[in-house]
Amino acid sequence: MIAHSVFFYFFSIIAIFSSLMVITSRSTVNSVFFLILDFISVGCLFIMVGAEFLGMIILIVYVGAVAVLFLFVVMMLNVAEQKQSWFIGKKSTHIPIGLIVSVLILLELLVVVGGWKYKDDLMSSSTLNLSDISNTHQLGLVMYTDYILYFQLAGVILLLSMIGAILLTFRQRKGVKKQSYFNQISRDPSSSIELKDVESNKGVKIND
Amino acid sequence: MMEYLQILGNEIYKILFLLVPILISVAMIVWLDRRVWGLVQKRKGPNVVGPFGLLQTLADALKYIFKEIIIPASANKVVFILAPIVTMTLALVAWAVIPMSEELVLSDINVGILYLFAVSSLGVYGIIMGGWASNSKYPFLGAIRSAAQMVSYEVSIGIIIINVLLCVGSLNLKDIVLAQKDLWYVIPLFPMFVIFFISALAETNRPPFDLPEAEAELVAGYQTEYSGMMYAMFWLGEYANILLMCAIGSILFLGGWLPIIDIYPINIIPAPIWMILKILFLFFLFALIKAIVPRYRYDQLMRLGWKIFLPFSLVYLILTASFLFYFDKLPKGNF
Repeated sequence: MIAHSVFFYFFSIIAIFSSLMVITSRSTVNSVFFLILDFISVGCLFIMVGAEFLGMIILIVYVGAVAVLFLFVVMMLNVAEQKQSWFIGKKSTHIPIGLIVSVLILLELLVVVGGWKYKDDLMSSSTLNLSDISNTHQLGLVMYTDYILYFQLAGVILLLSMIGAILLTFRQRKGVKKQSYFNQISRDPSSSIELKDVESNKGVKIND
Repeated sequence: MMEYLQILGNEIYKILFLLVPILISVAMIVWLDRRVWGLVQKRKGPNVVGPFGLLQTLADALKYIFKEIIIPASANKVVFILAPIVTMTLALVAWAVIPMSEELVLSDINVGILYLFAVSSLGVYGIIMGGWASNSKYPFLGAIRSAAQMVSYEVSIGIIIINVLLCVGSLNLKDIVLAQKDLWYVIPLFPMFVIFFISALAETNRPPFDLPEAEAELVAGYQTEYSGMMYAMFWLGEYANILLMCAIGSILFLGGWLPIIDIYPINIIPAPIWMILKILFLFFLFALIKAIVPRYRYDQLMRLGWKIFLPFSLVYLILTASFLFYFDKLPKGNF
């Protein structure tokens, strides 16, 4: 039990420290690195309470995909300059919105944690007995039976937002040469080689 | 307290028993790679140091150790030094769950395949960190390329893994191997095996997908500014990753430690030997491909990943699922 609490405090201290560093760090790239550290330690906490599937999914989705894109954006755009103009120059318009969002998140957390503390089975509507099967099986059983509709809905929302993002950035450029593998492979000597008699002092026009 | 220390000592002993052979086999595999490469090109390859040149890699490692480590003045020093360490650690950490036989596995966890997938998707950080911290053009371009490449090929690897999991019904690596007792998955899922193999090439930045370090365009990609032991660590991590991909391939498709046929003279060969033989076979294919296939262009690489592999593996996933459902072969699991 001692080892368990030692590890718990180890990971949670790292998680809290790195989440503080995310918002206080001067360099944006460093704060993304701290965000990654935060994700990893939260994943470890999940594994410690026995939710190994969720822990691994956090590692795969958040660390392996989302944070990579964050890092990309931060490295490519000059976010530091943006930050300067937001917070130091003129009056910031982002702080009120940020405040509203964070107050909402706090309220949500209060409702969820409060409800769960108030009565143990207030939040769960599942009737499955989940004691002696592995974590992944449990998730599958609940997700594809009681919550199948929400699960599908979430998938559709994600798909829609992906299509929307692609549509927003989609633009047709003119004059771009594209390689068509089919045309390239289906060329044969009779259509691509042509003999021409060249008269002296006169060029030959070649269509390409 | 003594008990804890004893357990700890025991585990460290086990970990060393796993790590040292891996590091030695990484060195040997580098030799094999160069040797195959040489033989394909009608050269001899490294054959001077030691018998058949077997000690060539050790000599190279010694050379790297004695070289000076140069850190560029404008580099971000912490991240610059961390990058090769991250690459190397992640490449070695993944080996913890690889089963060499039914008993011979360091940690037999329930979500083994997810763990492998997670660790291999973290591998991209070593490269991005190295490229960014060097604070120089070519490493940065190489890192960006490599990150985009690894992220896109991971998607199809994920779907291929789901294909196998549909047939097995468990995320445990041991179960995956034991489910192939009658039929290795390379036969029913042969197209998936081919796509997995090609994606593994892209995931480990091997030729023909070695765009991150395309010598002609980017000097040496993300490794340009690295020297001495730090370069050697990148290089060791890369080869450990290749070996890991071969191990994953043999677990998913070639039946892990199972013998080819379960009859008398063949099945007395111990299980770990079978596993090693399969890993070596896959690595031999890796080495051959390095020698005979020219490098892809970047747009061709992206096209292959997103427009061909992803749709194809998705369609195959649906086919597998419908087949299993129709013939009532879906794994029942231990509910």
